[in-house]
Amino acid sequence: MSDLAPLLEAAVRTATPLLIASAGETVAERAGVINIGLEGCVIAGAYAAFVVGTVTPTAGYGAAAAAGLAIGVLLAVFSVVFRRDQIIVGTALTMLALGATGTLFRARGDATALIVATEPVTRLPILSDIPVIGSAFFAQPVITYVAFMLVPVLWWSLQRTHLGLSLRAVGEAPEAARAAGIRVTLVQSGAVMFGSALGGLAGGALVLAQAGTFAEGMSAGRGFLAIAIVALGRWRPAGVAIASLVFGAAMALQFVVQALGWRVRYELVLMIPYVLTLAALGAFGRGAAPVMLGRPSVGD
Amino acid sequence: MGVRGRANGVVSPDESGGEPALELRGVAKRFGDVTAVEDVDLAVSPGSVHALLGENGAGKTTLMRLAYGLIRADAGEIRLFGRQAREHSVQQAVRAGVGMVHQHLSLVPSLTAAENLVLGAHGIYRPRSAEALLRATSESSGLRVPHDALARDLSVVEQQRLEILKALARGARLLILDEPTAVLAPPDIDELLRWIRDFVAQGGSVVLVTHKLREALAIADQVTVLRRGRVTFAGTANESSEEELSRAIFPDKLDNTVSAPSVAPGASVVQADRINVADARGAQRIRGASFQLHRGEIIGLAAIEGSGHRELLAALSALRPTWSGKLLLPPRIALIPADRAREALIPEFTLAENVALHQVGRRRGLLDWDALATRTAALLQRFAIVAPSPSVPARTLSGGNQQRLVVARELEHEVDLIVADNPTRGLDVRATAFVQEQLRSAAARGAAVVFHSSDLDELLSIATRVLVVFHGEVRETGLDRDQVGRAMLGASEAA
Amino acid sequence: MTLELALVADLSQVLEAFWRGSLGTSSAFFSGTLVRAIPLAILGVGISIAFRAGVFNIGGEGQLLLGATAGTVVGLHSAGLGPAGLVLALLASVAAGALWAAIAAALRARFGVLEVISTIMLNFVAVNLVSYLVRGPLQEPTRVYPQTDPIPMAARLPRLWPETRLHAGLIIAIAIAAAAWWFLARTAAGFRVRAVGASPTASMVTGRVNVSRVTFAALVASGGLAGLAGGIEVSGVTYALYENLSPGYGFSAIAVAILARLHPLAVLGSALLFATLETGALGMQRDAGVPSVVAAALEAVVILVVVGLSGGVGDTSWRGWRGRAPRVQATA
Repeated sequence: MSDLAPLLEAAVRTATPLLIASAGETVAERAGVINIGLEGCVIAGAYAAFVVGTVTPTAGYGAAAAAGLAIGVLLAVFSVVFRRDQIIVGTALTMLALGATGTLFRARGDATALIVATEPVTRLPILSDIPVIGSAFFAQPVITYVAFMLVPVLWWSLQRTHLGLSLRAVGEAPEAARAAGIRVTLVQSGAVMFGSALGGLAGGALVLAQAGTFAEGMSAGRGFLAIAIVALGRWRPAGVAIASLVFGAAMALQFVVQALGWRVRYELVLMIPYVLTLAALGAFGRGAAPVMLGRPSVGD
Repeated sequence: MGVRGRANGVVSPDESGGEPALELRGVAKRFGDVTAVEDVDLAVSPGSVHALLGENGAGKTTLMRLAYGLIRADAGEIRLFGRQAREHSVQQAVRAGVGMVHQHLSLVPSLTAAENLVLGAHGIYRPRSAEALLRATSESSGLRVPHDALARDLSVVEQQRLEILKALARGARLLILDEPTAVLAPPDIDELLRWIRDFVAQGGSVVLVTHKLREALAIADQVTVLRRGRVTFAGTANESSEEELSRAIFPDKLDNTVSAPSVAPGASVVQADRINVADARGAQRIRGASFQLHRGEIIGLAAIEGSGHRELLAALSALRPTWSGKLLLPPRIALIPADRAREALIPEFTLAENVALHQVGRRRGLLDWDALATRTAALLQRFAIVAPSPSVPARTLSGGNQQRLVVARELEHEVDLIVADNPTRGLDVRATAFVQEQLRSAAARGAAVVFHSSDLDELLSIATRVLVVFHGEVRETGLDRDQVGRAMLGASEAA
Repeated sequence: MTLELALVADLSQVLEAFWRGSLGTSSAFFSGTLVRAIPLAILGVGISIAFRAGVFNIGGEGQLLLGATAGTVVGLHSAGLGPAGLVLALLASVAAGALWAAIAAALRARFGVLEVISTIMLNFVAVNLVSYLVRGPLQEPTRVYPQTDPIPMAARLPRLWPETRLHAGLIIAIAIAAAAWWFLARTAAGFRVRAVGASPTASMVTGRVNVSRVTFAALVASGGLAGLAGGIEVSGVTYALYENLSPGYGFSAIAVAILARLHPLAVLGSALLFATLETGALGMQRDAGVPSVVAAALEAVVILVVVGLSGGVGDTSWRGWRGRAPRVQATA
């Protein structure tokens, strides 16, 4: 199975932004807020990384997270503090980010050909020599390792810290949380901003570890896919990681199809992740959602 | 101060130990135009039970939320164990040694008992130490709770114990219990009251918020009565009479002892033959129930929370199909649901629209809004609902007038069956009397009324028959309080 | 030229470009702005109905594309049918849009899938589907351009004004807005839509309304209108199917509906406003070098401002609508 190794490697690489974004969305949704603006965070992060990434990759990632955070602040103010409809506000923020990045990008005029140096692969000694999965999992850019490290960290934070307990309590029973002295608005705002910053970081990974350049609308629904991934992963970090890998593989198919020269229409291959999402949501996307997900939060 | 010392002999106010656990001076709170609490003084002596009495909406809960720091007072002074609480917050109240158990229990259903116990702390969460804390608190207080169960799987009694344990684990020396007996069956009430006496005997203090006079007199050392946000009585329990307190609670005492209508039961309107009813998740909540309801009867459905009575009421109002068995229902059914703002009305819709909402699922064609407005106006007149016009949003009406509107809409035309779930919850004494009177007169006109009330005394005062639901089983009992109470807990008929 | 330079260079030049592109000349208004308002209005009405029922149809874009595709296919095969061909093409576009939305509606009703996610996913599927069709099965015979053959004359909407591109879709849009208003304000079914959106629980318990049927129908109806917008765009403006047929109408229409506070008649006005914004932005791009995508960002800002200031997306109660409510003495 010599075909498997490149597919797996591409899948892991493609899964990275999905995993980062959906890890962040998991936090926001466990606190009861659905962030439809996540797509906007991804594109804003991608653009910020594209502009700042020419300095150093680290600065690029920082700028990407900051751009996502900025959108998160808006969502927190509108939907958490002022309790406006989360879905409408999120949709508007995504439109805003897509429009604003498009405007800025086009206004640069000369920048279309600009390429940002992508992050080099860091091979982990010994592990990367394992056949098939070695190069897929252990010869990746640092951001991929960061993404996969997020999973246990997130699990531990949700299950083994009081902040995690508070966050889950806020998403399930905000009144009870308030009675226990938890500041609901603060926790929800924090969760949304954290999730948005990770959404921005996901956009950064897309540019700095994958594409090496920016294109209008290059987020291509990754933020929305991440929201679906969270539901498919049953709002649990490990489930979200597995779902991200599956979707990464589905998106990576396009590269593989090109590389292998299969005679399948390119447009049809591009459709796969979205069709897969619909099918998977229908099959597994039920149950275990935080009780308060999507509902306006109760003020402090 | 008239404290009956219990734990450490007679406590006099000038001893340092006599510093009140909670002291309110001139406390006031307004919500918009509504004065919830006005110029209230109150002092809770350590080692005593202080009953805070008053009817629904008198401001008892608001006052205690102020004391606990959940809301901030507009005026006045709050002292906890002798120290003034500035910039009062829940955190500060907890640090000072105050714990509050809310009427609507506030546990997180998806967290375990131990997780709920330590909710709101900081740093790293260690399940083992939380469980150890639960066990230790449980042992020292005598309140037993399974430590690894999820809160949603605990019984109501266990949930309440966990709430008290939460407060104790945070070092509470003053417990504020808001209507703790409302959700309990009589034997559980007795047990809780015994526990409260033990707790104060060991030096703790309790504020017992209740609207039940007898309960207050049975257990309290001191009594404060609130009416419309003001103190109308303050004194020691053994020096106050039931009559005196009753006058303080009700502005103009209505005769609450209207005897049940002596209409002979008529033809049967509901026949249930071994019916099973499932809840929304498919779990069987009523099993093999058989009964008949007749015209002219007022059937009280007594049950503790989670017994399956909600599902039975849903089946009787044709909202939920029966799983098996045969249930014959009449064509014309009126429904007064438990949650007014979520189930019975759309608060943002106008009164006319809320009238139009009634069974709109069965309507076709056009709605004649002029006719609906006229009809609504007629209902406002006929049922004495205070509202400026049919085109104001329902949310602008007081709770009592909203419930009157619901009753008016459901009873606009004669019906065969009325299904009501806690129809007087949260209403003032007048609105309560109105609703009860409407149910009685509808029964007298030939409807069968079936209703549930969490207040067993209210239930017994209106019902002509009582059906008790326990763990999915329905059985008939007499109108005797003890008998009903035992049946609500599934005790046998004996004794 | 950088953005900063473009903006600072000459603001009056930019504004003038905006004016020329949108309202300044009769051709800009009748052939550009008004034509662009037609799909926005039809989509906006559909989105208003869905939002009123509490269903967040973010999939107008995909439903429009499916409608455009079906309209094109039927239109291409309608030679010789005369005006019936046009009617069939528009009906096919309604059906296709409704069917596309029905996928999301069924996923919601059957499996509880959030329609926000499913309609967005269906947008991406639709975009790729159209790309595939215009490069594959539906591509014009010379196989040079990624588009279909033009539809025959008979399948095209008549022009309202000979010298302009303004077509009869305008009349359809106005009629649809009026019908939607009448439906929501006067019929029992329309009241159910509003009630379910305002409180599904009260609708079920007190209204005995089949809530999932109402939300299903609202989403499907909304998709049908989006499909119609696509069909009208093909038969009135483009006469063929190609990629990027819609410059994001499905998303702009969300802003249209929200600014109109989900009121079908107000949608007409707000559609015109956003069409002005968009054609003006195109004018700015053409004459002043300001990227036209700035319009999308502005639309988002409008949504945020409206939702931020008003606290909701629509007036749930329509007491102002039916007038002549009799005055009633307070009964105290």
